[in-house]
This record gives sequence, C-alpha cells and structure tokens, in this order.
Amino acid sequence: MAEGKIVRVSGPLVIAEGMREANMFDVVHVGSERLIGEIIEIHGDRASIQVYEETAGLGRGDMVESTGSPLSVELGPGIMTNIYDGIQRPLIEMRDSVGSNIIRGVEIPALNREKIWRFEALAQAGDRVSAGDIYGTVRESEVVTHKIMVPPNVSGVITEIESGEYRITDPVGKLQDDAGAVTDISLMQKWPVRRARPYSEKLPPNEPLVTGQRLIDAIFPIAKGGTACIPGPFGSGKTVVQHQLAKWSDADIVVYVGCGERGNEMTDVLIEFPKLKDPKSGKSLMERTVLIANTSNMPVAAREASIYTGITIAEYYRDMGYSVAVIADSTSRWAEALREMSGRLEEMPGEEGYPAYLTSRLAQFYERAGMVICSGSDKRIGAISAIGAVSPQGGDLSEPVTQATLRIVKVFWSLDAALAYRRHFPAINWLSSYSLYKERLGPWFSENVAKDWQAKTEEIMRLLSLESELEEIVRLVGMDALSAEDRLVLEASRSIREDYIQQDALEPADSYTPYHKQYALMTLVLSYYTKSKKAIESGADIEKIVVLPVRERIGRAKTVPENECIKIYAEIESEMDAQLDALTVGAEGGSL
Amino acid sequence: MIKEYRTIEEVAGPLMLVRDVENVKYDELGEIELPSGETRRCRVLEVDDRNVLVQLFESSAGINLARSKVRFTGSGVRLGVSRDMLGRVFNGMGEPIDKGPRIIADELSDINGASINPAARAYPDEFIQTGISTIDGLNTLVRGQKLPIFSGSGLPHANLAAQIARQAKVLNSDSQFAVVFAAVGISFEEADFFITDFKKTGAIDRTVLFINLASDPAIERIATPRMALTAAEYLAFKCDMHVLVIITDITNYAEALREVSAARKEVPGRRGYPGYLYTDLATIYERAGRKLDSEGSITMIPILSMPEDDKTHPIPDLTGYITEGQIILSRDLNRRSIAPPVEVLPSLSRLKDKGIGQGKTREDHSGVMNQLFSNYARGKEAKELMVVLGEAALTETDRLYARFADEFEAEYINQGFHTNRSIEETLDIGWKLLGIFPKGELKRIKPEFLDKYYKAAE
Repeated sequence: MAEGKIVRVSGPLVIAEGMREANMFDVVHVGSERLIGEIIEIHGDRASIQVYEETAGLGRGDMVESTGSPLSVELGPGIMTNIYDGIQRPLIEMRDSVGSNIIRGVEIPALNREKIWRFEALAQAGDRVSAGDIYGTVRESEVVTHKIMVPPNVSGVITEIESGEYRITDPVGKLQDDAGAVTDISLMQKWPVRRARPYSEKLPPNEPLVTGQRLIDAIFPIAKGGTACIPGPFGSGKTVVQHQLAKWSDADIVVYVGCGERGNEMTDVLIEFPKLKDPKSGKSLMERTVLIANTSNMPVAAREASIYTGITIAEYYRDMGYSVAVIADSTSRWAEALREMSGRLEEMPGEEGYPAYLTSRLAQFYERAGMVICSGSDKRIGAISAIGAVSPQGGDLSEPVTQATLRIVKVFWSLDAALAYRRHFPAINWLSSYSLYKERLGPWFSENVAKDWQAKTEEIMRLLSLESELEEIVRLVGMDALSAEDRLVLEASRSIREDYIQQDALEPADSYTPYHKQYALMTLVLSYYTKSKKAIESGADIEKIVVLPVRERIGRAKTVPENECIKIYAEIESEMDAQLDALTVGAEGGSL
Repeated sequence: MIKEYRTIEEVAGPLMLVRDVENVKYDELGEIELPSGETRRCRVLEVDDRNVLVQLFESSAGINLARSKVRFTGSGVRLGVSRDMLGRVFNGMGEPIDKGPRIIADELSDINGASINPAARAYPDEFIQTGISTIDGLNTLVRGQKLPIFSGSGLPHANLAAQIARQAKVLNSDSQFAVVFAAVGISFEEADFFITDFKKTGAIDRTVLFINLASDPAIERIATPRMALTAAEYLAFKCDMHVLVIITDITNYAEALREVSAARKEVPGRRGYPGYLYTDLATIYERAGRKLDSEGSITMIPILSMPEDDKTHPIPDLTGYITEGQIILSRDLNRRSIAPPVEVLPSLSRLKDKGIGQGKTREDHSGVMNQLFSNYARGKEAKELMVVLGEAALTETDRLYARFADEFEAEYINQGFHTNRSIEETLDIGWKLLGIFPKGELKRIKPEFLDKYYKAAE
C-alpha cells in the first residue's frame, strides 16, 4: 500500500508524491480527516487525485494513503429504500449520526452491518455452482426478493450452507473453488463501479417499458433494456417527467440518480414515494426504489462517481433477473463535473471546454443498459433501461452533451418551453421527438393490447403533423381559407392534444393510465374525428361540429376511473352519435 | 506563533503568489499588512509545493512586493454571528459600517457553510402570502424556496422585491420573521431605496444588511452573498426564525467570479464564465431551505439582471436550473405601465403544487391557476393572430380569449406596488375574469368547483 504526501491542492484536485506503488483508480485516504479520493493520473511518483469531499484545510505535507483497491460499491440486502450520496454513503444514517449537514471524513458503511436478515438457502452442500448462480434469497423489502448470487469470477463446490438469521458479513456457508481453496460465502459482495458487471449474452429489446404516460407509451415508447434522453431548458418539466417515470414505470427496481440537481427534489422523492402505491404490487413505491443523491452543492468529484454508483447497483439487480430502470437527472451536471476535473488537470479541451473523451464516457454509460441473459446456469433474463435528463445551456440542443447523447440513445423526448408556458404537460414536442423502438415493439402491442394499436397511434401522428402544416396556412391567410375537412383536422388535433396527450401528474386519476384505458381513450378521441368527417360528408355544418356539446365530456374522459372507462366511453360514443345524427338530419332537412 | 512572510512574488489582478510558505492550507484566510500598516484580506486558492496562490478580497493597490507582509490565520474565512446583527449594516466582508458597536459573536461560522444532507431537509410546503396576485395565485412562493427575479436594466425589480419583503406573511402563524439583505455591486441609489423602504415600514429592526456598492472592490462580491447566508443560517437554524434573503444583483457576483477565473487563465465556458459557474452558484442557492431538526427556514429571492433581456445568457440560464422557478419581468408590460410587470407565462414556481389547495390556500386554487395560465396563453396567441390578420379573421371563441388576455393584464397583473391582496381576493378576481367564458371552455377546473364558484359575466 502506497503512502505519500500532498504537494499541491487546487479545488477538488490534489497531487501527492511518493505514490509510485499505487495503482490507477485506487481509492485513497487524504489528510488527517481521511477524506476519500481516487487516483486519476500518475506521473512518475506523483499521483493526481480527485477528492470526493470538500478539500478546504488540506495543505502541503498532509498524508495520502492508498487503499490498494478501486472505487467499489457494496452489494447486498439493504440497498432498497435507501438514499446514498455519490460514493454510496448512506445519507439517513449520516444524518442520524452527525446531524443535518454533510460533514467531511464520515465513514459509515453503505450496508448496515448490524441488521439481521432471514436467509433462505436454495443450494445444498455438494452443489456445483459457478458465477451468477443463485444460492439463496433474502426478503429485502415488501416487494423485492433479493437473490444472493455467486460473485463474478468465482466457481466451485458449496461445502456448507444453512438457512438462518444472518448479518450481512456473516458467513452463510463455505465454497471450495477448483484449486481446492475454501472461502466463506456471505450475503454481500463488492464490485468496482467503473467496470461493467459481466453477463452471458446481450439481447435486442422487444418488450415495452410500461410508463403509464400516454404520449410516451403510445407515440414514443421505450423498450425494457432501452435508452432514452430528455433534453429541455429549465422549467420545461424534465424533473416531473423523470419523477413520473420513476413512479409509474413497470420496472421491478428503480435506481434514481439525482446528479448535481436540487436538494429539495431528492427530499420530495423521499417523502412522496413511500406514500404512493405501485399499480402492480399495490405496495409503496419506495419498496423498490433506491436513491443516489449528489445534489448541486455537494462536492463535484462525487457527482462524477454518482452515475457509476447508480448503474453498478442497477447491474447487480439486473443480474438477479429483474427489470431495472435507471433514471439519471441530469447527465449534463455529470459532464460538467468531468469538465471541471479535466480543466484542473490542464487537459486540452474539446468543444465548449468539455474534455475530448466526453462522448466515449457517455456512450460507455448508456451501453451498460440493455436486455441480457444473466450469468448463471438458469439463463434468467434481466434488463436495464437507462433514461437520462440533459440540461442544455440556454435550451440549445446543439451543445456537446445533447449531441453526444443523441448519437447513443434510441429515444428522444424533446421538451419544449413553448408548450410548458401554455401549461401543456408533459411538454414533450411530438414533432421533434422520436423513438426507434416504435417499429420493433409493434408486434408486442398488437398481440398484447389491441390489433390496431399501431394503426391508431400512426393516425394520431398523421393528424398532428397535418395540424402543424395547416397552422402555417392559418397564420398566413386566416381560418376562413380552410375547407370544412381541414377545419375538422384542426379541431380533432386540438382534441388529441388536450384530451389525450395532456396528462396531469398531480391529478391521481390522470397521473397513470394503463394500456387498456389508453387504447379506449385514443379510440374515443379518434372517433370524434372519423364520425364528424362522415357527418360533414353528409352535409353537417362544421361550426356546429366544433361546438358539439359532447366535446366537454370527451375533455373530461381521461379522469374517468380505469375500471369504468369502457362503460363510460361507450356512453359518450353513443351521445356523440346522437348529436352528430341530429346535425345531418337537420342538414338533409334543409336541402329538401 | 503566527509566521509572517515577506515573500510575495507576484501580484496580478486579484491574484498574488507567495513563495516559500510552510503549513498553509487550501482555502485558508490570509492577511496582508501593507507598509502603511493597513491590512487586507485574502484567501488561498491553490497550494503548489511551497508556494501558494491567493485571491485578494480587496484592491491590490499599494501592495509592495518588498515590504508587504502576509500571515495566514489557520482557518477559512469566518463570520462572527449573533442575534444582535438584526438591525445592523455591514460591508461586504461582514464588518459593521453603521458606526454601531462591534458585534460580540455568539459563534464563528465558516462562510462557505456545509451542504444540507438531502435526507435532513424538510420539504417546503407552507404558503407565503406576498399579496401579489401574479405570485400568490400563479407562481406561489413557499417557505424555504429559492425563487429568483429575472429582470433587466431599467425594470422595477427593486420595487417588486421590496413589496415582497414588506407584505410577505404566512397565514395563521405568528413565528418570527427576519430579512437578510445582500447588496452585491449595486448603486448607492438602489441600496438606499431598499434601506429607506425598510426604515419606512419599520422592518429595519429585523433586517440585517450587507452592502457592497458598485464603488467597493469587485472581488469582495465573491464573499458578500456567503456572508449574508451565513448570518441567515444562524438566524434560521439556530434562532428558529423565518428568514427572507434578498440578494441583488447576482450578475455582478458572477462577473467577479469571471474576473478571478480569467486572472487564473482557466479554460472558460460559455461567454467567458468559468466552467464551474453552475456549481458555484449552487453553493449559494442551495443554502435556502428548511431542515427537519429546526423550526426556522431560509427563503431566498435572488435578483439578477439579464444582459440584453436574454434568458439564455449563462447567468439566468444556470440560475434557472438550480432555483425552484423564476419570476420574469417583462419590458413590454412595464412600457404599458402595468405594475408589477410580471411576465406570467414563462414565470414558474416549482414548489407551488404542494403549497396550495385546501388547508393551505383554497380548494379551487390549482384549477383556477391552470385555467388562467392556459386561457391567457391562448388569448395572447389570438391577439398575435389579430395583429396579422385583423379581428375579423378570428373565430367568436378566439375573440373571447383575446378580450380575456387584455382584461387579465389590466386587472389581475396590474395591481400596483402598494396593493396587498389576500389570497381570497386573488382567487376571486381570477373567477371574475374567467366568467367571460362559457362553462364548457373551463375544462381544467373540476366540475364541483365550477358549480361552487363560477359566475358568468354579464
């Protein structure tokens, strides 16, 4: 283990000499307070260290000690429902032991060492196991069964194993490896955050991640194991969309990484999630959620690490065969942390001062998502869906972080400030967004939801793009120049926007819409268009169709409880039929 | 025994290099003694072997390489805080300038503060009534929120901030209120406007003022907001007071930061501001909030002037990403003498939803708010169309929306700087204006509230 002395301090960057023995990316303890840092460059016997805590008070000659191992996370029962900082220190325990501010040099293990877990052994003595095999389970929270797996790169024969009550570090059995060495097996393993955990095979994603958000599910769906980004200027509702996805998506596990964002937002999640019920399990949403919080005022180097901490925890749960959603808010702050360290290392900058390796680092992060066959002999399937918010400066999407992200991710939800000003939420612009999974997921939807799901959603997009063309014309020559059919397209599109796409995150009946209700609602909204079109052909007056009384009921249809929606929508349909019939009868009568 | 060094090697702009020092720490406070006996303060920016780079808080004029002495104090920059600070005036470095007695410090606090553990925060959800309709009704402020005012040169942000400081109160509560005011590089007249207003209303006795005027050293501005927040944290979290912090003008702060960054020859981000501007601003703004273990709160209203009214300029842009919303002032409304000229549509309070509704304001608040927003937005669009195509080109409904937009500006927004409206009055004005629409157009309000509050206009 190398020990050296500080020769230089500049913000979060510390340079120490006497470090010839240290490895790249070793974790080091810095100064008398034993602040945590990581070696990011070595020149001769001088090591550059990024320190994850505030460096005020460090000076020349202070001691630096390498731990000889890279930055790692502890993986085992106790992660769920917890909130960690960027380097996996438990914030609730930190609050209880040192008070409400974050104090430097606090050493608290990530997983509680005292808590007793009930371990159910699934393997028996004599079983031959290899990396990834499940040898037991622990009920971690009300909804998560934590599978205890043989760590990667380990295989052999279990010589002893017993169910019972254990602390996380207690041996639950013994394993003899192929060389004959016997080691204890426990409930916990460690893994370096900068290395992706191994799996046996990657699969193309073919199943949607249900989000309950109508615009996303119907028009711009994301697959389980897919990647998406949400760029948008401030105030366009990035965080609300991210929270909605964390709340309602049908992932088994949600890892929410608050990276350089507001402290109150993390507090909000901490307070609100335990109160919300998961539509799938009926249990509190917090039971399947872990938060990584490195808020904007916390040390910048730990912000860089927080993304890796989050994705490594996600990989661990994926390895158990779960579908995991990683939600990172915001990757721009992470990129800024990279930029700051790069600047202090006096590297040659790329675009806008960001380091030249920005794109490759981003790509590495998103590439850790995906649907995989996990390691382990049972060939279980797990998935990580990664959704990253991007905060482009000035809302300008041509900046490097957005552009680098767009080259990697497959779904682009483009937030639009103009929609947000009109209080149209989610403020995702339907003309500039895209999802490359739409085609691929088509068969799944027609099999599992409705045969004509794809056709209906395409009809919605057709009307909306027609609307934007017609609006151009209206802006030039006025509404009078439009034919009755075109007027109807405008009205139907307005109905699609207001009655289908707009979704109120704060209204309990509207916040989450399951697929069958989405389908029923889009059918209802579209039939206003098809039926009115027929009525116009039979001579009905467009002015009367525009103000058709039933439209108020269509407008309120989205808040109908999901178990009554089929019945009530049918009522609305027949009311619509009656009103339209009256118009055509009148028209025919007039022509006689 | 504190060592003194006569080894100043270089002075350039706000930076100074001292050679051959021993045991000096990063971020330590230093004192420079000039040949005349005058002392100035500085802070360690970088330790490089036996040399340190320090940043001066005051002007470098008069520093003499051969005869000036530097000593380091062994700690960071600290402020002595006490309850007696209320009613007092300090300079940007925290020294009293009102000819009053010295403050006997209750404790010495590092001006950088310590970040609040997100798990120890209490979520801000207590409604603050500012008496201003555009804020209370549409962009509700809550205790512990940071809500900046985005202004521009020549706009009356000072009047608005003073109106908030004067009228702000929490309904059904008699807890102690205090104001901490930080003037960062503003003109004497502007500072005087606030002081006079505080004096007139008697608020001065529960106000702490930190004044760095345009004529004071620019570099001192880096410390001023931190001084103010250190005082605010003491009052809020040690004395359990509810503190409103007004900082004006953040643009001057960011410029001081840029000056230091440029002197250090750092790689600049956009428009020459340092790449860490976001992180640096966050260390100021994020000090607002409430904590689980304290009764008090810090509510922050930073004011910044947008260069060329450009919201995408780095300072307003990065601020908007950190703060919980923004109140934007409009040059167009101001020109039409609508006061306070709050540009409703792009303004936002992110925390409003948890601070309104039954038990906080009134059950119908959220619906009325959303309806006013969307109808005003549509009204403004209709008015634009009217300019291009003439009134005849609008449909009947669109004409209604256009009329609504005018009335909304004239009645709802234009209340003046001296009217204090209760939240009920604000909501009732909203209902009155919505009365010009038929019920069917008001889809964002729940039917039960429509039945209860809606009255069609004659």
